[in-house]
Amino acid sequence: MAKILVVTSGKGGVGKTTTSAAIGTGLALRGHKTVIVDFDVGLRNLDLIMGCERRVVYDFVNVVNGEATLSQALIKDKRLENLYVLAASQTRDKDALTQEGVGKVLNELKENFEYVICDSPAGIEKGASLAMYFADEAIVVTNPEVSSVRDSDRMLGLLASKSLRSVNGSDPIKEHLLLTRYNPERVSKGEMLGVDDVTDILAIKLLGVIPESQAVLKASNQGVPVILDDQSDAGQAYSDAVDRLLGKEVSHRFLEEKKKGFFERLFGGN
Amino acid sequence: MNIFDFFRDRKKSNTASVAKERLQIIVAHERGQRSTPDYLPALQKELVEVIRKYVNIGNDDVQVALENQGSCSILELNITLPDR
Ligand SMILES: Nc1ncnc2c1ncn2[C@@H]1O[C@H](COP(=O)(O)OP(=O)(O)OP(=O)(O)O)[C@@H](O)[C@H]1O
Ligand SMILES: [Mg+2]
Repeated sequence: MAKILVVTSGKGGVGKTTTSAAIGTGLALRGHKTVIVDFDVGLRNLDLIMGCERRVVYDFVNVVNGEATLSQALIKDKRLENLYVLAASQTRDKDALTQEGVGKVLNELKENFEYVICDSPAGIEKGASLAMYFADEAIVVTNPEVSSVRDSDRMLGLLASKSLRSVNGSDPIKEHLLLTRYNPERVSKGEMLGVDDVTDILAIKLLGVIPESQAVLKASNQGVPVILDDQSDAGQAYSDAVDRLLGKEVSHRFLEEKKKGFFERLFGGN
Repeated sequence: MNIFDFFRDRKKSNTASVAKERLQIIVAHERGQRSTPDYLPALQKELVEVIRKYVNIGNDDVQVALENQGSCSILELNITLPDR
């Protein structure tokens, strides 16, 4: 059965698009036919992170409006056989996507893919609601910071009450917490909320912890999902998260600060 | 970081625990509000109108609250009638 997975957060800029690209690519790497759908109408960005921005001809709204077929609009990844992207429209019309239209496209995608990853826009308004409405599972991307945690909790409330699954009374959306931009050093100094603090408050299952990493900017500069940088901490952390999503037991890495030499601790190296 | 900061660091107040405490309070509060159904305000308004047919009461004289206790919900109505 195909699965619809929404990557959502409430708060903006916490790493949803980075995560959608990484998780989608990771699933395809493991042999699952996957499409990543950009729901951020007016602020298309997934194409840049995936490195396919120059090959966008038709977008999500074109398909909803019947101006293009799905096969015309789907962009096949250059690196992986099993990976596709559906770009967001750059229209300024906020009502370009309707629940009915989105439902139709997602159903068609479900017939052809194992995983449909929905990259949600920020906020809790219409765009974010549409991105999560049809979801089977949700990855709630959270930064270890007060406003992000609070917004994630609000999003969890919406997932539980304003989705198709809640409306028709089927099993609730399966929720996963992905803590990103984590800085173990600051956590150990008591300057940043730790994993346990955040899981205590949000009380959902931890899918992974992605460290704050220079590899993410480097990857986005090049249009390569960071998970393909398998030497990087963030890439490896995303890779573990994909394995956990697929049901593997993998212990969490990158939760402790890197050991520094005595002199490094005394004389900087921050 | 110099050698003095290195020692002072250990004692710096822990702002993460302040953050956690504040979050626990606000999140608990917001969850409480969230669990009230959307129809409560409308229900309250209509009750006021019905009662007003018989007794003269103000808009705030009817309080409606829904409490969940295990598997059952209790709808609590608190109606303040004017002095006689
Ligand atoms: N683990 C990380 N380490 C360092 N930088 C990161 C990390 N994750 C994300 N970023 C950076 O944070 C910024 C926002 O990331 P991203 O675009 O993925 O967030 P978003 O939640 O999709 O934002 P929006 O709400 O605007 O859609 C980007 O500049 C990205 O490079
Ligand atoms: Mg985004």
